[in-house]
Amino acid sequence: MRYMLMICDDESDDRGPLEIVGDTEHVAWIDYMDRQGISFLDGVRLRPSTDATKVQSRNGETLISDGPFMESKEHIGGFALIECEHLDDAIEVAARHPFAAHGVIEIRPVWDE
Amino acid sequence: MTRDVEHLVATAFQDSWGQIVATLIGMTGDWDLAEECAQDAFTAALEAWPRKGVPDMPGAWLTSVARNRATDVLRRRALGAAKLTEVAVNSRDGDVEPLGPDDIDEAAVSGVQDDRLRLIFTCCHPALPLDAQVALTLRTLVGLTTPEIAHAFLVPEPTMAQRLVRAKRKIRNARIPYRVPPAQILPERTTAVLGVLYLLFNESYSATSGALLVRNGLMVEAVRLARLLSALMPEECEVAGLLALMLLHDARHDARLDELGDLVTLEEQDRTLWDSDQIAEATVILRNAMQRSRPGPYQIQAAIVACHATAPNAAATDWSQIAALYDRLANAAPSPVVELNRAVAVSMAHGPAAGLAIVESLAATQSLPGYHLLPAVRADLLRRLHRSEEAARYYGEALSLVKTDSERRFLARRLAETTAE
Repeated sequence: MRYMLMICDDESDDRGPLEIVGDTEHVAWIDYMDRQGISFLDGVRLRPSTDATKVQSRNGETLISDGPFMESKEHIGGFALIECEHLDDAIEVAARHPFAAHGVIEIRPVWDE
Repeated sequence: MTRDVEHLVATAFQDSWGQIVATLIGMTGDWDLAEECAQDAFTAALEAWPRKGVPDMPGAWLTSVARNRATDVLRRRALGAAKLTEVAVNSRDGDVEPLGPDDIDEAAVSGVQDDRLRLIFTCCHPALPLDAQVALTLRTLVGLTTPEIAHAFLVPEPTMAQRLVRAKRKIRNARIPYRVPPAQILPERTTAVLGVLYLLFNESYSATSGALLVRNGLMVEAVRLARLLSALMPEECEVAGLLALMLLHDARHDARLDELGDLVTLEEQDRTLWDSDQIAEATVILRNAMQRSRPGPYQIQAAIVACHATAPNAAATDWSQIAALYDRLANAAPSPVVELNRAVAVSMAHGPAAGLAIVESLAATQSLPGYHLLPAVRADLLRRLHRSEEAARYYGEALSLVKTDSERRFLARRLAETTAE
């Protein structure tokens, strides 16, 4: 079963992907998945919401505007795609992500048919 | 004869519904199918038992019939879809041979308890919304119908139906595991289950008079579920604590309201109406749990209620013991409501002024906005200190916030008394 972890925070942590990957907490998180036999399939770090652009197509017109699509304190700062047996495993992984300590992780099951 | 059989089927329903559904979910992984097959089994019993007699083990008979139905349905689904392998994998013991209703095999009775425990933990999984956890527990473990649950919680039937459908869909789509959680997360998940049962109990306990009848049914189910959980998890002291707490509250049920449905305060209750056998049972359960020296909020609360329930009359209540227990509860599970109750206990043990001091600092935190019992308690303490004018003001404030009719009448009576003084 694949789950997408959407890693959200208030953007107070402004480190880039290289810094994050080298971080000991992050390394411990990856190690945890290895030990549990959970596959880390893919992951990306996103640039902050100030670099976001919104696009909508309405009646043949393209509407472009600045900013993320949600007015919120928390913004998606990255994704991690994992494969594990069930939701409880995904919860354990999410709870151990370094950003869970100050932000929030949303777990969404991948829609497989 | 027919009526006897109907009665036996009803008893079997109470005893076996949850375990049949639990077993079938374990076998098929399909919650809807499990409910349908369980329902079919009881229909079959109503038809067969009057003719052939009631089997020696009604629960095992019903489980076998339900399993047969499920196997048939899965076979039919598997035909052409080549899903037979999946069926074999999902089946607990790989046994998909159809069983005659009369040959009761061990598979039908073994692992049953384990399955109900898996079902409780899955229904009360924290990834499901709390109201859905409660509804799902009542539907699958207790066997209440969707209209019955909707009625009990005063929501429209389609709303409740949708709540159940969504919860079951999430269990399937997000793959919430059907299991008793492993040791490292068991304590927190057990707390979640106890929270659901306690909420169910509270819902029934604080019933408004209009829905009283239905809510009494909920109370019975909450106690039954707590008994089941306590039997399944005998090592868990807090489960026993919650069961004792429910039994102690429930034992005083008949004395709580007068013939008009008005609330009777603890000190004015007719103690001969209390169920002394049930109080004795709860006291034993609680004592056995407390002996293990792993106290928790439910055990402490039960100990507090036990102090009340075992006092021969209101005047003999051991208030200093109760105040001490509230101190412990405020440490173990601090909350504004606990603090308010502590204030009452302290006022009884050490005088209204001591209690009022706690209430006043609690009111200053503004952590209980709109909660009628805060001004009600404050008014009562002021009344006992003969500060009638202030008391009347807070009785008035409590009256403007109160939700149930019986409590409103009680407060109005106190306000009238205070103003008359």
